[in-house]
Amino acid sequence: MTMEVTQVLLSAQSVDSTLRKHAEETLKQFQEKNLPGFLFSLSGELASEEKPVESRKLAGLVLKNALDAKEQNRKYELVQRWLSLEASVKSQIKACLLQTLSSPVSDARSTASQVIAKVAGIELPHKQWPELIGSLLSNIHQAAFHVKQATLETLGYICEEVSPDVVDQDQVNKILTAVVQGMNADEGTTEVRLAATRALYNALGFAQANFSNDMERDYIMRVVCEATLSPEVKIRQAAFECLVSIGSTYYDKLSPYIQDIFNITSKAVREDQEPVALQAIEFWSSICDEEIDILEEYGGDFTADSDVPCYYFIKQALSALVPLLLETLLKQEEDQDQDEGAWNLAMAGGTCLGLVTRAVGDDIVPLVMPFIEENITKGDWRQREAATYAFGSILEGPSPDKLTPIVNVALSFMLTALTKDPNSHVKDTTAWTLGRIFEFLHDSTMVTPIITLTNCQQIITVLLQSMNDTPNVAEKACGALYFLAQGYEDVGSTSPLAPYFQEIVRSLLNVTHREDASESRLRTAAYETLNEVVRCSTDETAHLLLELVQVLMTELHKTVGAQKLSSDEREKQNELQGLLCGCLQVIIQKLGASESTKYAFMQFSDQIMNLFLQVFACRSATVHEEAMLAIGALAYAVGPNFAKYMPDFYKYLEMGLQNFEEYQVCAVTVGVVGDICRALEDMVLSFCDGIMTQLLKDLSSNQLHRSVKPPIFSCFGDIALAIGDNFEKYLMYSMPMLQSAAELSARPSGFDDEMLEYTNLLRNGILEAYSGIFQGFKNSPKTQLLIPYVPNILQFLDSIYMEKDMDDVVMKTAIGVLGDLADTLGSTAGSLIQQSLASKDFLNECLSSEDHLIKESAEWARMAINRAISV
Amino acid sequence: MAPHDLRRPFKRPAISDQQRRRELSLQRQSQNRRDAQQQARCLADTVLSLQNDAAELETEPDIEPEGGEAREVINDVRQAAKLRGPEARRWFAKQLMLPEWMIDVPHRLNTDWYVFARPSGKRCFVVSSNGTTVSRLRNGTMLHRFPSALPNGSRCGNSSRSGQSYCILDCIFHEPDQTYYVIDLVCWGGMSMYECTAEFRFFWLNSKLVETEACNGPSTYHKYRFSMVPVFNCDEDGLKTAYAGSMPYVKDGLLFYNKLAHYQSGNTPLALIWKDDNCSQYVCDTDGKGQVPDQQQVVLELLADGRLATSDEPPLILGCLNEDFIQKTRLQAGNLLRFAIGEGGLILVDGKLEKADLHYLGKPNRGRAFADSYSKVMFQHTVRHSPLKIEHLLASISSSNEEENRTSDTDMVD
Repeated sequence: MTMEVTQVLLSAQSVDSTLRKHAEETLKQFQEKNLPGFLFSLSGELASEEKPVESRKLAGLVLKNALDAKEQNRKYELVQRWLSLEASVKSQIKACLLQTLSSPVSDARSTASQVIAKVAGIELPHKQWPELIGSLLSNIHQAAFHVKQATLETLGYICEEVSPDVVDQDQVNKILTAVVQGMNADEGTTEVRLAATRALYNALGFAQANFSNDMERDYIMRVVCEATLSPEVKIRQAAFECLVSIGSTYYDKLSPYIQDIFNITSKAVREDQEPVALQAIEFWSSICDEEIDILEEYGGDFTADSDVPCYYFIKQALSALVPLLLETLLKQEEDQDQDEGAWNLAMAGGTCLGLVTRAVGDDIVPLVMPFIEENITKGDWRQREAATYAFGSILEGPSPDKLTPIVNVALSFMLTALTKDPNSHVKDTTAWTLGRIFEFLHDSTMVTPIITLTNCQQIITVLLQSMNDTPNVAEKACGALYFLAQGYEDVGSTSPLAPYFQEIVRSLLNVTHREDASESRLRTAAYETLNEVVRCSTDETAHLLLELVQVLMTELHKTVGAQKLSSDEREKQNELQGLLCGCLQVIIQKLGASESTKYAFMQFSDQIMNLFLQVFACRSATVHEEAMLAIGALAYAVGPNFAKYMPDFYKYLEMGLQNFEEYQVCAVTVGVVGDICRALEDMVLSFCDGIMTQLLKDLSSNQLHRSVKPPIFSCFGDIALAIGDNFEKYLMYSMPMLQSAAELSARPSGFDDEMLEYTNLLRNGILEAYSGIFQGFKNSPKTQLLIPYVPNILQFLDSIYMEKDMDDVVMKTAIGVLGDLADTLGSTAGSLIQQSLASKDFLNECLSSEDHLIKESAEWARMAINRAISV
Repeated sequence: MAPHDLRRPFKRPAISDQQRRRELSLQRQSQNRRDAQQQARCLADTVLSLQNDAAELETEPDIEPEGGEAREVINDVRQAAKLRGPEARRWFAKQLMLPEWMIDVPHRLNTDWYVFARPSGKRCFVVSSNGTTVSRLRNGTMLHRFPSALPNGSRCGNSSRSGQSYCILDCIFHEPDQTYYVIDLVCWGGMSMYECTAEFRFFWLNSKLVETEACNGPSTYHKYRFSMVPVFNCDEDGLKTAYAGSMPYVKDGLLFYNKLAHYQSGNTPLALIWKDDNCSQYVCDTDGKGQVPDQQQVVLELLADGRLATSDEPPLILGCLNEDFIQKTRLQAGNLLRFAIGEGGLILVDGKLEKADLHYLGKPNRGRAFADSYSKVMFQHTVRHSPLKIEHLLASISSSNEEENRTSDTDMVD
């Protein structure tokens, strides 16, 4: 059943594309016609020492791809296929793989390691291949270093592939012992130690029990710390990676080691090569992450039952850590601002300084200020830039009281630097720092504002001027303006920006037209800033928004005209259309929110809608998410008049609902269906057959991202509320779906927060559907159609009440459903309601809730229930 | 196993604006959904309290709807249907959209406006609900109560619609052929049209009214015929047809509606009336005997401090009565008073009416619900002195045509 695959595999790597394609085709056919033979031939090829290394390597890769795929459905399919192979075939393949670990050819060994891990990933959760770990461990005790190395690498891959709960503790202990021994400097070669260190990185997640045991933990920590001093740079780097991972996984176990770790990391930051130094900084960044999370979660208010206590490692290390990080700031690279992939010591150190600031707050300020004062006026650009970056880094975290006086002094210096500093790098950081000042310290509600009538004009002038600077500086200036505008979000009816509105808009539009606007994401930044300026604008400038609408429409019109584009041009067109539609969406939402401006906007609605339709037409198979969002806002603004657009728009609506691949597009479209329902009310009826069909298909698909399902249920409610008892014909399809989703969500599987959050979203969607349906049937002669569903709905309410894990949103919606049910069905459902737990304990709990929305819904439910049972 | 990428976002805000747009959209949508649910619940509430406690309602005189709260208006109409006596009159009197008198030609008349010939007759509000139809005049008094083929307008068998299904039409009752000419649509089948543009309201009216058989001749369950008014785009042809073309009814001036305007209670500059002797018998106001008086007359409202106000919001003050006079004639704040405009005429400053030479005549007849509006005073004034003629309207249309051509030329240069 084997086949001679060597030649095919070699041809598949040929430079001759005809030959290559032919070979790929042959392999594909082989796989389809005879999977066992195919896999077996590949494993044989990989194991055979007679074959050329190229064909062995490719055989391994093809084998790996036959076991795993990124796409979930494909992956599931491949796993099922492997599991259904005959046991003898599988064991032959596995034997070949294990045998390859002893090959003298390193590429063959390393490929085999990865394939073994894939097979383990499939089989171990099914309690198959129990002898795998044992046979790998016996390899470790072999004398040959190259076998040890390959085996350790395999263990590493396996730990990466499988979840800790499918390996029992006894085997975990053995794996860890083997790995840690492999790291020992006294034994083996550099390759073995490197493989062991990297394997430990993946195995750390398995070591929960071992880290709770003082002796074992001490031992692991000692070995890791020793490895950070290895003469081999790759081992040091890998060892620091382990430290970083330990820092976040076992934060609460670090106390005894933190002083040593500080010494090791600071030496590495100061003296070691960059890749190692970066990992050493990353250790402190990840400790900051942990402490910021803990402090945010408990708000600094610790009680005995807090899960994880904060050990304040950063606070303790502060006086030594800050000087270390400040030193790194001076190690900038010349062109790091233009290079999107850049990541160096200065960047890592600066980022860490910002995190440290968030973790400790006010305490950082006196430690950093002398550095800023000393360097900010120096002749060397590195010193000015480092000082400015340090200043920008300490703006998030400390109290405004502490920062405001300093910022008041610094602001005019910064504005001057942004216009006058000869160095572009300094200007970039200065503009970024201004943005941070506005982001964290500028807010129209602050008692002592940093932006006043006196300096406002100068700030705007400088920022607008900087928009003509190099793309990276201009982009930061846009960012600063973004936050400047955002600070006036709650300014009331008059904004200090109003007098400059026209000039700001003009400048931003000019930026979008710059030849080099695609560098440093400048164009995007300019449109995003424009969006924020629009969002935070006041009625004073509403008439200017109407002018802006026309400008943007003209721009959008230009993009839809282009024909026969290259794929590169098409991508650019798509991006620009996205930005323009995004901006129009923001304006529509803004103008649509108040009666006076909405009216004035209406004159453009036909033209805008027409443009959006053309944007859709630019694509063949998918709709544009941004255009879809904008149409939702338009439907909300124009209300029932939207009916006239439906005939042309409908096909795109349907297309959006069919877009499983880009689930965001699907989700956005579902939201737009809701907008349209509310806008058209019963005029949406003629489109409902199509919409409902599509929504039901979406729900039945296992291809669609699960996050779209709750909004689809809510959408059922929107539709029912709009078309009333015309929803009758959809009941027989939608009710069973709601019911089975309800059963599923009544008892969440698993305890993790993410699952619970999703479960609550799902419940809320289901409940919103029920609310809409009941309210839609209110006063209809057909309410009796709903009676058969009542017992299940009440049971659903009871069971989520008993689970005690619903959030406030679900609680409010749930008690509302009870009211809607009672209101619509009245005495018909009276006795069923009275028997339910929901109508008693749950209702009482909601009535005494402190959340006024829950209370309000509960009051409504109580009134409706009283009415239903009193008649 | 290569080292893991440890780059963190550098000099970047954490959230993208696109994500923000999505989130803001979702927020808006869920807020709108909550509002829709809330309204559905409130509606149910009101209907219930109406049934349980109708008496309470009559003590609530301040039912004043806002144009933006369409649902509320629907609620209020349902409530108001139960109102009796002066409350009912006061409420209905506030509901009609009142066109201003045309004293200038609006911009873009030819593109943004409709025109139609106003049927001569009584302007009224026609409400069909609970199996009956009621028409009320502008001052709130009932004109007819009758069965009609409007949704829920009679108790005949074929009306299977639910209690929520009712209509409110803005009509003119034309005596000679006993027909209600529908000039606007406020609510149809329970759905509010307040927030719809005129363009849409006319479209909807056209397609819905015919469906109901309300345009058929009188029968047992349909006492009066309803009819559409032919509405034209206000271009040259449209204006000429409305002005000079033959209509099935006696004309009383021309009405101009801005296509994008929502239905708005009270005076609005987005609906305009214009008259001349060719298309109306009533260009100049007449006195009680049907005679056109020598001097222009105006009706104004007396305010608490003696000032005399028009019906505009905010009111315009055209003069003041002194305290002695008020006491002597026993007038009270809120009274409507009729004045003649004397030789001093109207005093205009920068084209705006500042003061008038007023001579007190007495109280107008009791049917009057409102003072005159500024635009009416001005229109009556210009009719007597330098009327706005049909030629002016036509000229404005042709000149804006030219203007349009010109702008599109410049567009092409761009």
